[in-house]
Amino acid sequence: MKKVLNPLIAVIVLALIPYAGITYGKLDYVFAIVIPYAAAAILVLGMLFRLVDWIRRPVPFNIPTTCGQEQSLDWVKTNPLECPSNPFMAAMRVLSEVFLFRSLFRNTKAELHSGPKLVYGSHKWLWLGGLAFHWSMLVIVVRHARFFLETLPMPIGLLESFDSFLDVTVPAFYITDAIALAAITFLVLRRLSDEKMRILSLSTDYFPLFLFGAIAVIGISMRYVTKVNVMPVKSLAMTLAHFGFDAPEPIGVLFYIHLFLVCVLLAYIPFSKLVHMGGIFLSPTRNLPNNSRAWRHVNPWNPDIKFRTYAEYEDEFREKMKKAGLPVEKQ
Amino acid sequence: MSNKYALKPDELKKEFEQKKPRLLKGEFAGKDWWDLPVEFRDGNWCFPAKPEVLDDLHFANPRKWAATDKDWQLPAGWEKTIRDGMKDRLKRFRSFKVFMDSCVRCGACADKCHFFLGTGDPKNMPVLRAELLRSVYRNDFTGLAKILKNFSGSRTLTADVIKEWHMYFNQCTECRRCSVFCPMGIDTAEITMMARELLNLIGVNNNWILAPVANCNRTGNHLGIEPHTFEQNIMSMVDDIEDVTGVKVNPTFNRKGAEILFITPSGDVFGDPGVYTMMGYLLLFHHIGLDYTISTYASEGGNFGMFTSNEMMKKINAKMYHEAKRLGVKWILGGECGHMWRVVHQYMNTMNGPADFLKEPVSPITGTKFTNAKATKMVHIAEFTADLIKHGKLKLDPKRNDHLRTTFHDSCNVARGMGMLEEPRYVLNKVCNVFHEMPENTIREQTFCCGSGSGLNAEEFMDTRMRGGFPRASAVAHVREKHKVDSLVTICAIDRASLPALMRYWNPGVTVYGLHELVGNALIMKGEKKRTEDLRENPMAGFGEDDDDE
Repeated sequence: MKKVLNPLIAVIVLALIPYAGITYGKLDYVFAIVIPYAAAAILVLGMLFRLVDWIRRPVPFNIPTTCGQEQSLDWVKTNPLECPSNPFMAAMRVLSEVFLFRSLFRNTKAELHSGPKLVYGSHKWLWLGGLAFHWSMLVIVVRHARFFLETLPMPIGLLESFDSFLDVTVPAFYITDAIALAAITFLVLRRLSDEKMRILSLSTDYFPLFLFGAIAVIGISMRYVTKVNVMPVKSLAMTLAHFGFDAPEPIGVLFYIHLFLVCVLLAYIPFSKLVHMGGIFLSPTRNLPNNSRAWRHVNPWNPDIKFRTYAEYEDEFREKMKKAGLPVEKQ
Repeated sequence: MSNKYALKPDELKKEFEQKKPRLLKGEFAGKDWWDLPVEFRDGNWCFPAKPEVLDDLHFANPRKWAATDKDWQLPAGWEKTIRDGMKDRLKRFRSFKVFMDSCVRCGACADKCHFFLGTGDPKNMPVLRAELLRSVYRNDFTGLAKILKNFSGSRTLTADVIKEWHMYFNQCTECRRCSVFCPMGIDTAEITMMARELLNLIGVNNNWILAPVANCNRTGNHLGIEPHTFEQNIMSMVDDIEDVTGVKVNPTFNRKGAEILFITPSGDVFGDPGVYTMMGYLLLFHHIGLDYTISTYASEGGNFGMFTSNEMMKKINAKMYHEAKRLGVKWILGGECGHMWRVVHQYMNTMNGPADFLKEPVSPITGTKFTNAKATKMVHIAEFTADLIKHGKLKLDPKRNDHLRTTFHDSCNVARGMGMLEEPRYVLNKVCNVFHEMPENTIREQTFCCGSGSGLNAEEFMDTRMRGGFPRASAVAHVREKHKVDSLVTICAIDRASLPALMRYWNPGVTVYGLHELVGNALIMKGEKKRTEDLRENPMAGFGEDDDDE
């Protein structure tokens, strides 16, 4: 299984880089200041480039995938979300994909039974696992804001208290940490356990999962096991938040591995399948209203095509048409 | 059914029984998909376009060849042609670019494709179908992926890759079922359309698509019917209608000043059982006294250009507005068809509009304004008829279809490329008494393709067609067992052409009907004789000589 081992080795090697750099090279400044800025710059510029690059390309045709009844006769009940007839509902449709993974919620699993016949079962595990992964990651990222801000805004404080309501460890246990780890494990296992998934998965599908996993495991161990001293971490984060260049105070090497892997992830996003976070907003099958018979969609490069005109047609068939009693333009 | 291009049904059933509950066929442990060989054999490829067809269309690389040849005689510099063609299309279609970039290979689409379900071939999983192209895209159009070839799943464009594209982009019917389930909205139909455009640039093609395209260009319809024959054929239906109903309908052709131009797929004029649907339309129009005409020039609703290139789609479609303008009609009414309606609904006005010379469609019988078609000015016959029935304008006797126990097959394009799901059901329920839906994962937006759409209805492609149609056939078998359904009603000309073969193969005894054929059966015509037979001259139930008429 080279497809799985190679990305695993890649993540381990990546983790060893800051370890060696901090332990033997004393490159604290590089890993604390230089690389984070570089990674952030690559992420921002890279994503901007990708978005502009996509948006510059025209959408010649109005091609929504209609997943419900269109708006037609007054008395026919329509499905405005799955078959939006205006841009507002199309936007709602996109948001329902972004926040709720609506299309994935439809997922089924087909099986071949005796007969032979095909049987379809509801199969929401991917939806649940995907949703758990993405939402817990979002909450974890937002929670990290406490490192970068002087005073914690109320909503983030609330989020934290919800996240830690179990309160079973010191410091308080975050549920999203467990959910994220469980979801990553599930997402890896489903690629390994199903033979269809094994064939279609690439190394680049495992790599980000392992990367996320490593980042989460190290983060969790810093919080609950090794209990890293957060003061220098906070002061480094504040430096970065203010675009400062002050050298950091000493922090454990584990933290640098965590930070470095995050940097790798940020820089990797624009050049990998992780750009789907932007692509979903621009998918023409989802973000366009199904109203192309009511409103003309314009293709900016609509080509001039010479077609066979009626006159040319009649010229070829005139005698036959006259004989059959069909009306003609020219006698 | 015996045919050298398909296994016998029992053999295929045995294959399925042996691998169940697995869907995949074969062993793939430790293998990468790009190492799996591509094997052309009887029944899994369509004959390439004849040189004269390509000459006619001014298409690239006319020659005699077959997919089983070792050397496909690709033109000199074909790699550059493909690469430039890809670059150009990536620039012109945001869809193509976004779909190349944002797949996460979650696998939700994998078991949604009828060709995958029927063949068990991993490269028929929509995600891998797209990866066939994406792997080349990553190699030629992205930076980092090129360095880490195996890691990123990218590969060099070779003649073998072209063979693979030809195989698998002609085992996709552009039905869009996968895109319903894709969390990114990736539509394999769009990717297949791009791939087929590219393949046509180097003369890798399908005669069953390009011959109709050439015909349509010259004679106005796919079947190459010349105007006098087109007219004669419809007039012979007029005679058949008179035999069955005692009523003489009076269609007109190329008539200037008619209110409405009616356009339907030429399969309805020439193919069995499409002709019975045509007879249904003719009866309906006569029943309501519609002021309409049929064109021998714009005599094709379907558009095989769609399966070739967007330019060819535009060229063929242009005739509709051109003819509507010449005849001076107010608006256009379109017959039952699948891909025709994707073209009309999503492409026509963009390509060949604006249709300022037409009026916003209004039903002359009910006064209903079809505001949903106010720009394109073309109304679907099911919308039109549903409105007539809702307003009580049709005299119907649904008992006349009591000899049929029906179910309804949603056509892919009408369901997923237009969103018309209710109107045909409403009409069907008003014209017949026995109707049962197939299982919910096989209808409406989740409908399964007949397995022969997008120009793959060729005889020599039978093995793949019967496999690809298996999910649909399996759903029909379900309602056949449960509700004794014997009639599969469709609103698609390709369905009417392909489903009869599929039913003979998987579900003998199930007959395929067009929706308006059943409307024609049920219509109580003014001045009709005692009706005892349906439009196929089969006896109706309870209308025999000895039965008590109402």
